[in-house]
Parts: sequence; structure tokens; C-alpha cells
Amino acid sequence: MAVAGTSGTGTRSTGSMVAAASTNNVTSFQRRGPRASGADSGCSRLVSIAGTRRSVRNGQLLVSTGLPALDQFLGGGLAVGTVLLIEEDKYNIYSPLLFNYFLAEGIVSGHALLVASAKEDPADILQKLPAPLIDHSYKKECDEDICGHKMESDIKMKIAWRYQLFPKMEGRPVLSSGFGHDYDISKRIPQELIETSKWHGFFLPEKISSTFNVESCSLTSGYMKLLQFIQNIIYEEGFDGSNPQKKQKNILRIGIQNLGSPLWGDDICCAENCDASHSLTKFLYILRALLRTSLSACIITVPTHLIQNKAVIARVTNLSDTVVGLESFIGSEKETNPLYKDYHGLIHIRQIPRLNNLIYDISDVKDLAFKLKKKLFTIEVRENFYV
Amino acid sequence: MSVQGKLTLLCDAKTDGSFLVHHFLSFYLKANCKVCLVALIQSFSHYNIVGQKLGVSLTAARERGQLVVLEGLKSGVDVFFRPREEPHPLQFLREANAGDLQPLYAFVRDALQPVDSGEAAWRCPVLLVDDLSVLLSLGVGPVAVLDFVHYCRATVCQEWKGNVVCLVHDSGDTEDEESDVLLNGLSHQSHLILRAEGLATGFCKDVHGQLRILWRRPLQPTTHRDRSLTYQYKIQDKSVSFFAKGMSPAVL
Repeated sequence: MAVAGTSGTGTRSTGSMVAAASTNNVTSFQRRGPRASGADSGCSRLVSIAGTRRSVRNGQLLVSTGLPALDQFLGGGLAVGTVLLIEEDKYNIYSPLLFNYFLAEGIVSGHALLVASAKEDPADILQKLPAPLIDHSYKKECDEDICGHKMESDIKMKIAWRYQLFPKMEGRPVLSSGFGHDYDISKRIPQELIETSKWHGFFLPEKISSTFNVESCSLTSGYMKLLQFIQNIIYEEGFDGSNPQKKQKNILRIGIQNLGSPLWGDDICCAENCDASHSLTKFLYILRALLRTSLSACIITVPTHLIQNKAVIARVTNLSDTVVGLESFIGSEKETNPLYKDYHGLIHIRQIPRLNNLIYDISDVKDLAFKLKKKLFTIEVRENFYV
Repeated sequence: MSVQGKLTLLCDAKTDGSFLVHHFLSFYLKANCKVCLVALIQSFSHYNIVGQKLGVSLTAARERGQLVVLEGLKSGVDVFFRPREEPHPLQFLREANAGDLQPLYAFVRDALQPVDSGEAAWRCPVLLVDDLSVLLSLGVGPVAVLDFVHYCRATVCQEWKGNVVCLVHDSGDTEDEESDVLLNGLSHQSHLILRAEGLATGFCKDVHGQLRILWRRPLQPTTHRDRSLTYQYKIQDKSVSFFAKGMSPAVL
């Protein structure tokens, strides 16, 4: 795997990341030849961009979700050019964490960010991102309760009526790898990291006030404006390869919060037979089209538990590439169930894309649970008892 | 080629049936047919890379005129953000109430029109659509989609003795009325239905699903002459292996 060989420093600036990219050496694990990434960038050379790596299986260009544990269950990471849909947990407590991890990973890797929200100003969202963990003292703390196995070498499922408890999937404390970092959610990201990063914000209440005529095309005006904003950034900043003279290729990480909620002007969460029933699905289609033709990756959180129309949920799932559902135990009968006492909720990996392949990387393990500790969000394989 | 002038329906329920699309695409290209691929949900490079694993080069086929591809995603962005006056096969994306798919049909007709010139004649024309269900998500009504398939059948199957292959998703118990209307309507028109289903018992590493094959004579009153077969399958990197139920090599 191509790993940026930098010497670890406390703070990273985009400058050092660019230097790291140029030292990315082509190891024997990387395949040569015209392997297109998920995006149709038209560039068939090996692209070495900071914070990305090639999938071992099919050479697909991947970025980290910010949670190395989740990366492993998604087949190594999120493919560039695809959408990661997070089905929000009921009280929207844990999905913002995944959202923030994704954005924080973008800042640490030097990627450009596009943050869209109808509820919260993107500048405020960025202030609340978790701080990256680079110091050694925490590493020592973690080593005590992590078994230092790697996932790949340790998968040995006994064919028995009981799964073994796997080593905890907390991110391996990596210090200077270019892919996947650990974060301390009890601390905020340092201000200077935000300032040196390139980010674009889309805050719906600000944008909606400008009055210019836009055709509806059966999309709500919020979605329409957002699509135009995204397309504009992709084109202007050259993520679709339209500015070949730009020196360094980079990834655009797009994060859209609470898509489908009434705050976006959509009513699929309000009524079963809604007027704008095709609005969200059309939005997702055009979003997919934009992503496939650019070097970008997108995370969206959708309050699917509020959507009453099952057909719409199915369509939204089909139009997304990777779908991860969060189910928290708060307020449910599982909260007091002794089987679940060590966890805060379950993670359901509902869909993984088959890109450039007939098959996909899917881990055998299907029962995942998460737990929010003071500094970390951990994902574990749930120990099952079959009596 | 014994099968001509037929509509083959590919259908998947609780699983991903796109491997069938890749199979038919490489099959017809190798059989020297002229193929029009309406690729609505994945980029061309996706089909190209899988095609290479199955032994065909889509780029070469496109260059020699054997393959015409409508890339829904790429041209969708074009028509959505940079609208033009001329009709575009995907212009329904810009319309508030998506009307009919007449421009899309016109594209297919122009792509597969047999050319009476001295060039190497391809065998029968083939239309491959991946997939029709996404049209419902884009606001096109099921009746309009059925009309489109009907028009394509009339031209490609009956007039030009070619084949049409479409993929639809079976929405199962999600109460998607539009999807049910589309699936039922297409099933009645099809000569061959290939239905990929996930296993009832859930995910399995060695058996990815079950394939039901149904031969039909559409629009005939008697349906009891339909033949059907069921296989289980496992998808591998460059091929799919089929075996009778319960005969997976992993089990034996």
C-alpha cells in the first residue's frame, strides 16, 4: 500500500501534505496500467494524491471515512466518485459524529471540503470537528487496551454457535500514515488547521434569500441551488479535470447534512404521499453524476427513520453507493437489554457498491455495534450468543 | 443466433442483478451484434473494466462502431446544467413533470438503425438498458416507461429482428406501486425472464443467490406451457458459476 512517508509532526498544513504526495512511492502492490478510478477523470495514469490509496482488490481509488475501523468494513475505504449514505439514528446524536470524522479526515489529509447544511452554519460545523491524534502519550494509553492484531491476519471464525469476540476495531494508532487517522472527540480541531484548509460552505438560509429565478425541474429550490453550487465548485476548482494546467490534483470531500429533512424544503419526512416525491431521488441521481465525473467523495446523512414511504427509502438506497445505518439504543427496549449493555447502538452496513467489478469486498462479519467513549467512537463485532 | 426478436427481462430482488447485464453485454458483443447500451446508473468505465474481465473491450467495440453507449450520468449532467434547445434523450431530467421518453426512443432508433452500406454487417441489433427502475426515481411514470419499451420492441424486435434486454428491480414488499406496475407490465411482454434473488436464509459467502429462468410465450392465454428452471450461483472475479440447488461446491 502506498503510504506517505513523512516524519510525524504536530500540526499538518496543506503544504506538507503536498510534499507527502510527491514522495508517495509506487510499491509493488500497486498495479500499473489504465485503471480508471471510480471517477471518469479521463486520466489513466496512477494518481497519487495525499490521503488516498488504491484498493488491493481492484485498484479503485479510496479515501478514508475518518474512522479506520469503518474503512475496514467498507472494503478499505470510500471509493472516490461515490456517495456514502448514513441513515441517521433516531435522535441524530451519532450520525453527526461520522459526518465530522469524514470532514476532519479531509482537513488532515489536505483535501478540499464542501459542507452543506440547512440547519447549522458550515463555519460552526468546522469549529466542532475532532482534533487529530498525533501525540505519543495517547498512543501508549491506547496500546494497553487494544490487542495489537491487524484485522487481516486475525479473521478466524470458528464454525461454532458463538462468534469469537474480535479485537476491538478502534483505529490503529497510526502516527504518520497518509490514510486514516485517529481523532480525539473530546478536543476541538486546532484553529490553524481549519484556516489552512480549503473549504466551501453552503448554508441554505443564506442562499435561499437571494432571489433569482431558477427552473424547478421538479426539484425543491434548496436542492437545485445546492446542485448548482456543487457543480460550480467542481468546475471552477477543476475537480472534474477541466483545468489541466492545475498542478496538484486533489480530492473534494462533500458533506451534506440532514438531506430530506423539512429544513431543505422537502416533505418526504412529513407525509406518506408527498408532492415532491421525486425531488430527493432526482437530486441523488444528479449528485451521483457529478461525483462520478470528478475527483470527489460525498457523505450524506438522511433521517430515514422519518420517511414513511418505504418505496422512497428503497429508491434512495438504490441511488446511493455505500449505505450505513445507525441504530442507537436510546429510548428503545434494547437499552436495558443485558445483551447490549456494553454498547450504545448498532451499525448496519446495508449496501456496498460493486464498482468496476462483478464482486465486491465484503467482510463476513455482519453484526457490528458501536460505542461512544470519552475520546473515541469505537466499532466492535458484537458477540452473539445462540442458545 | 436462434433467439431473435425477443424481449429478455432481467430482474433482481433483494440482490444485485447487474452481473446479468455484464454477461449479456459481453455475450452479444462477442456474437458480433450491434449493441446499444443505455447505461443510466454507472459510468462507461465501469462496464469497460468489467467487460475486460469477461473478455471484451468496450472501447474497441465503440471505436469500430459496434457499440453505441448512452452514458446517463455524464450526459445527464450536461443536459441538466447546460440546457440546449435541441431535443436530448435525457431531457426529461429538466422537466418539472417528466413527460414521455420519445427523445430517448429516438436515440435508440438512430443508434441501431441498420445501415445498408458495404461495411461489415453486424448481426441483429440489440438494445440493453441498465436499468429501467431508475427512470421511476427520476419522475418518469411507469406507463411512459412501458410505452418506451413497447416502441423499442416494435422497432428493434419486430421490424429489425433484434433483441431487447432490460433490467428492472423488484421492489419486493416496499409497496412501490409504480415499480410493481412496471415489473408486471414488462413480465407480460417478455419471452425470457431471468430473476436473480437473494437467498431466503440471508447472506452466504459461497452461494450469492438464486437465478430463476422462465421461458414464456407472451400475450398467449395459456401460461402453463412456460418452462422454468432454478439455479444457484456464485459470482467470481471473472465469471459466474451456476449449480443446481444445494449442489454448491462448498457444500458437497
